[in-house]
Amino acid sequence: MDWSTTIATTVAALLTLAVFSFLYKDNPFYKFAEHLMVGVSAGYWVIILWYTVVIPKMWQPLEAGKWYYIFPILLGILMWARLNRKWSWVSRYPLAFYIGVSTGVAIPLEMKAKIIEQLNGSVDLVTYMHSSQATGMGILNNVLILIGIMAALVYFFFSKAHTGATGGIAKFGIGVLMVGFGASFGFTVMARISLLIERLQFLLFEWLKWG
Amino acid sequence: MKRQLPLIIIFVCGIFMVFQYFIPHENSEFIYEFAALDWPPIIGVFALTLGIISLVRVSAAKISKRDEDWQYSIVTLIGLAMMIIAGLPWFGGQTSPAVKWQFDFIMRPIIATIFSLLSFFIASAAYRAFRARSVLASILLISAVIVMIRFMPLGPFTDIVSRTADWVLNVPNLAAKRAIIIGVGLGIISTALKVVLGVERSYLGRD
Repeated sequence: MDWSTTIATTVAALLTLAVFSFLYKDNPFYKFAEHLMVGVSAGYWVIILWYTVVIPKMWQPLEAGKWYYIFPILLGILMWARLNRKWSWVSRYPLAFYIGVSTGVAIPLEMKAKIIEQLNGSVDLVTYMHSSQATGMGILNNVLILIGIMAALVYFFFSKAHTGATGGIAKFGIGVLMVGFGASFGFTVMARISLLIERLQFLLFEWLKWG
Repeated sequence: MKRQLPLIIIFVCGIFMVFQYFIPHENSEFIYEFAALDWPPIIGVFALTLGIISLVRVSAAKISKRDEDWQYSIVTLIGLAMMIIAGLPWFGGQTSPAVKWQFDFIMRPIIATIFSLLSFFIASAAYRAFRARSVLASILLISAVIVMIRFMPLGPFTDIVSRTADWVLNVPNLAAKRAIIIGVGLGIISTALKVVLGVERSYLGRD
């Protein structure tokens, strides 16, 4: 391994150890790594946005004669009014435009992706039950999924008190949700442990050259 | 002027973009590409400059006042300057070796290690959450354990654990996730409607 790679690997290893030192308690090594990460990440975003937004979406369209691109640039400049306390309210205009467009776009898209498509998937479960490929286990699973969805949705329905039959269904819904949360938790733990193993492998095999 | 005009802008833009979605015409697509895909990132770039200016201001003030831990603000500013200089066009832009070096040997190890640290903290959180004191906590515990041991070699039990985990993920987990997605979708739409109709105004701030 050449010396430049050795230096780079050592820097990465020392930063890794600096972050791990937080397991003992907050200390200067961890604070150093933390603050360095904030600075470098901010700089990285500057570079990414410069080359993916400023040049292709601002500079090049104006150069190509698309003069109407001056409007979002002017709106963006109004954001800088935030720097002046007296004129900071002016920055509400670009913000209002941003929020207005984003929410306007989100309403039909979220309706399609998160509601209609999910309901469509649920209807497919019923369609499967009537198809010739349906098996006994498949039908049972699909019925369980449909009951689970309905019960969990009843739990989310707060306009009716969760008492009596509604309360019973909502309670079953919580149980279904708990299975989902448990699975998500299991996945998160596995992902974090995978990262920990990768970091330890880096320290032991790439940096210290064990084995 | 200070509060009414922003509310009118949000209402007009919001309603317009909702209707635009249902109009299958090339002009409608042009407006979508221009107003929804190009404008927000452009405004976002100026918002980022505000963030960078704020970061530099706060760090510089901390250094000049010799506040607690002021030395680390120097580290932040040096990190920021190093990355921006490395990304200048004369050094090769975003694909320059200096940017790649800083990403591979500074950013990636720190971010990956911070996330891996969570495995330790998540263990203590798991202890608190998983103490099987009720039926619901037990369901959470069993579901999480089944998912975690899914790929472990468990001798004669490997196959049954794997099949049970698949069933948990494909049946009750699917039902829970689908219900959550539908709930989140309804929540997003109702919040978006509140914003467009001017019921929710907290983003405007005070005064």
